[in-house]
Amino acid sequence: MIRFLDIQKTYDNGTKALKRVSMRIDDGEFVFLVGPSGSGKSTIIKLITGEEQASAGRIMVNGYNMGDIRPRQVPYMRRTLGVIFQDFRLIDKKTVKENLTFAMRAVGASPREIKKRIPYVLDLVGLDGKGERYPGQLSGGEQQRVAIARALVNNPQMIIADEPTGNLDPDRSLEIMSLLEKINELGTTMLVVTHEKELVNVFTKRVIAIEDGRIISDETGGYYKNEEII
Amino acid sequence: MKRSYNFTYHITEGFRSIFTHGLMSFAAIFMIVSCLLIMGSFSLVAVNLESKLGDLERENQFLAFVDESYTREQARALEEKLLGIDNVSTVTFIAKETAKADFAAKHAEDNHAGLYADLPDETFRDRYSVHMTDISLLQQTVTAVAGVEGIAGYQAAPEISEGLVLVRNVATAVAIILSVLLLIISLSIIYNTIRLGTFTRREEVAIMKMVGATNGFVRAPFIVEGLILGLVGALVAFFAQWGIYEVITKTVSTGRAVELISLIPFQQIAWTLLGVFAGAGLLVGTIGSVMALHKFLQV
Repeated sequence: MIRFLDIQKTYDNGTKALKRVSMRIDDGEFVFLVGPSGSGKSTIIKLITGEEQASAGRIMVNGYNMGDIRPRQVPYMRRTLGVIFQDFRLIDKKTVKENLTFAMRAVGASPREIKKRIPYVLDLVGLDGKGERYPGQLSGGEQQRVAIARALVNNPQMIIADEPTGNLDPDRSLEIMSLLEKINELGTTMLVVTHEKELVNVFTKRVIAIEDGRIISDETGGYYKNEEII
Repeated sequence: MKRSYNFTYHITEGFRSIFTHGLMSFAAIFMIVSCLLIMGSFSLVAVNLESKLGDLERENQFLAFVDESYTREQARALEEKLLGIDNVSTVTFIAKETAKADFAAKHAEDNHAGLYADLPDETFRDRYSVHMTDISLLQQTVTAVAGVEGIAGYQAAPEISEGLVLVRNVATAVAIILSVLLLIISLSIIYNTIRLGTFTRREEVAIMKMVGATNGFVRAPFIVEGLILGLVGALVAFFAQWGIYEVITKTVSTGRAVELISLIPFQQIAWTLLGVFAGAGLLVGTIGSVMALHKFLQV
């Protein structure tokens, strides 16, 4: 569960990125976070992952109070999250399996756990049989599937997808979004940051719209209505 | 159980990094070997010099002459007073007859050797050979001995002992300064190698942090890499030092200066040297890595 209460964030250069933002994302929800560039979407992600600290207000992330979290606890908080990026961020010199193994080893998983978990996750994201390929041998959509598998492999409570379809064509984008929906149906909370109006409107999910550091709409089963913020 | 998986993983990753950074790793090991060899060679010179000076110190003595008016018993009685003086380790009484015999024997080859044999015993005085604990305190010891009632004079050469002490002190100081400088150079090389490693692996590090790896987990392979570089450098330097030392020992022992310069056998100092090299290598590797990672991996 994510909870933002009266969050303000002002960067060192004086930029006010968030102005009294309050929101709540419950376990199992699928939420789109939409807004134009510079609206504060990235700041929200950074506050959730602990890369930045709020200037004022209170943030809870999966049971961790981000206001007084100790540096030692941050890695354990991050294990409750899976993050997906627009540019995939895969290690090119490692195969698909090695990329996933790497993510599992980083949190101290045993070889036995790794051997058991990876085939399941690859099957879930539709990459069964492609574990030995290198990222460069895969299409953009497949690479994003690997990134999703990596985010999923440590069984996080929540996945944060930052423009996951930004580098993909419309058909592949729809596939990826459907995959995220499927993962959400299996119980993982999903926060998807995106610009893509049509895609958001295909899936009738909760949509939080942010502009100039403020939440301007928050509708469950809503649409990406505001043409101005595209 | 998890710890053992991690341990194996860190060791494997550490070795892998060394091979990944092939040329840089080779350069780091080469520089560590060079630094340790220079440091080791100088230290071995200092150790041999120290040993030589120790021998000279043990042989170091001066003569204190007993007043001629003292009887043999009175002269003998001075022994306890002399032993009570600070820095005096042992005293040996030499009767005037013995002193004369020694003198005659020493000059037996001279042209006028016959004359020495005919000298009366009274020409010589009873005397004490005084041995010291610390050669650098010769002047003070001589003054204290000369102040004892019944000691009429002395024969000592403080300038020689002072010269020897100076040479030893200079050698030790230079060895320490050189060692510190070379350790700093080695540290800087390890630091830069590990920094390069963190740069080439920045994507991996970012992913590790993103998925929730602890700082310790992220740092461990880099520290292992630094440790291995330090240890391999130390081992190579040790065997190279051994070879060089043996060659020098052989050259010295076949030369004419054999009596003047005799080197300590390498086996006598091998374990100490190995320990110092390994310790220096591991220390430099660990500190260099930790310094390189300190800021880079903050949460």
